[in-house]
Amino acid sequence: MKSVNPLTSIIKRDLVLAYRQKSELLQPLLFFVMVITLFPLGIGPGPETLQKVGPGVIWVAAILSALLGMDKLFRDDFNDGSLEQLQLAHVSLSWAMFAKVFVHWCGSFLPLLLISPLLALFLNLTPAMYWALIQTLALGTPLLSLIGAIAVALTVGLQRGGVLLSLLLIPVFIPLLIFATSAVDSAAMGLNYAPQLAIIGAMLCFAVAITPFAISYAIRVSHH
Amino acid sequence: MIGETRTACVTNDYRDILRLKAEDLSCIKQDRTLFESFSLQVYAGELFHLTGPNGAGKTSLLRLLVGLSEPDCGVVTVTNTLHAADQQPNTVDYPLLYLGHKLGLNKYLSSVENLAYWASIHGIATSQEQLYALLARFNLVGLEDVPSGQLSAGQQRRVSLARTQLLRANVWILDEPFTSLDIAGVTFIQGLVDDFVSQGGAVLMTSHQALQSRLPVKTVALEYRL
Repeated sequence: MKSVNPLTSIIKRDLVLAYRQKSELLQPLLFFVMVITLFPLGIGPGPETLQKVGPGVIWVAAILSALLGMDKLFRDDFNDGSLEQLQLAHVSLSWAMFAKVFVHWCGSFLPLLLISPLLALFLNLTPAMYWALIQTLALGTPLLSLIGAIAVALTVGLQRGGVLLSLLLIPVFIPLLIFATSAVDSAAMGLNYAPQLAIIGAMLCFAVAITPFAISYAIRVSHH
Repeated sequence: MIGETRTACVTNDYRDILRLKAEDLSCIKQDRTLFESFSLQVYAGELFHLTGPNGAGKTSLLRLLVGLSEPDCGVVTVTNTLHAADQQPNTVDYPLLYLGHKLGLNKYLSSVENLAYWASIHGIATSQEQLYALLARFNLVGLEDVPSGQLSAGQQRRVSLARTQLLRANVWILDEPFTSLDIAGVTFIQGLVDDFVSQGGAVLMTSHQALQSRLPVKTVALEYRL
C-alpha cells in the first residue's frame, strides 16, 4: 500500500480550509491596513512625527491583528472533534501542531509582510528603516504565532476564551515589541541593529524548539 | 496511567484474546464520582452495550478507555495480540478505533476530503474511487462533494461511521453511533457491527436504544450517582 505523510496532508487540508474561508483571512489583514492608514490622518502628516511613530504603529497593529485572528487557530477543529481524532492518530501531535501553526502563519502574517512596503510609504519610513522593519517582522511574527498558539490551545475548551487570550498574550509580546521597535530606531539613526535582530532570532529558535510540545500538551489538557 | 503492550504470541481461537482491559478505574468530575473501581475486560468477538442515564459517565468512560483523558486512578491496557487467522503480522492498523459524539468532520470540506484527510493522518492512503464506493455503501451517492456542513445530521453521522471501513482495528469504541440515523441506517450500522464482531473484532458502544443485534450482547450498566 502506498504510504502517505500525515504532515503534508495536514498542511494541505489547512491551506484548503484557509482558502475556502477567505473572509476570515482578510479580516485581520484589513484591520492592520486600516489602523495604519488612520494613524497619519489622526496625528497629522508631519514626516518627522510619522517616521518617529511608524515602526511602533506597524508593530502594535501587527500584534493586535494577530490576536484578532489567533482565536480561530484551533477552535473549529476542537469543536467539531477533528483535534480529538488527530490526537488518537499515531502522528506526533507536536509535529502536527507545528504544521498547523506554520499554515496559520502563512495565512495571516505572510500577506501582512507582503503589504508592508505600502504601509512603510504611508508612514514615511526611510529605506533603511523599512529594511530593518521587514527583518524584525520576518523573525518576530512566527514567534507571535508560536507563542500565541500555546495560549489558544489552553483556552480552546473555554466558551469565551477571547478576552482571556488577549490578557495572557499581550504581556508576553511586550519584549518582542521592545526589541523590534528598538531595531528600527537604530536603523533610523544609522546604527547597527544586528544585536536586536539576534535576540529576536534567539527567541524564535527557542520558541520553535519548545512551543510544539507546549501546544500539544495544552491540547491534551483541553481534551481532558 | 495508560499502558499499551504489544505481544506477538499467536493463538488459534480469537475468543481467548484479550483486547482491552480496564482495571479499577475511577473518574471524578466536578466533585462528583461518576464511577469507581470499574473493571472491564473486552475479548475479541465480544459486543458490549454500555448503558446508563444521561450524566452517568458513559462518554467519560469511553474517553478514558481510548486515552483521551486520564483516570483519577486505575489502569487501561490495550493489547495487540495476533491470531492465527491473520495471514501476515501487522494486519491491524490500530488497536482501537474511537468515534465520538463529535463527528470530526470539517464543515467546509466535502465528505471525500474529510475521509481522505482522516485516513491520511492515520497513515492510510486512499483513492478517490475507493472513497466514492465506500460512501455509496453508506447511501450517500451524489453527496460526496457537498461540504459536510450542508449535509443533514444523519448523513454526517454516516460519513463519520464510514471510517470504520477505512482502517483495520481490533476494537471499535462507538459513542452513540445511532444518533440521528434513520431506521434503515441503524439496521445498516448494526449489521456492520455484527459483521465486525463475528470476524473477531470487539465493539464497545453506547446507545439509548436496545441493540437489535443477531449476536449475544453483553450489557454494562452505569448508574447515575450523586
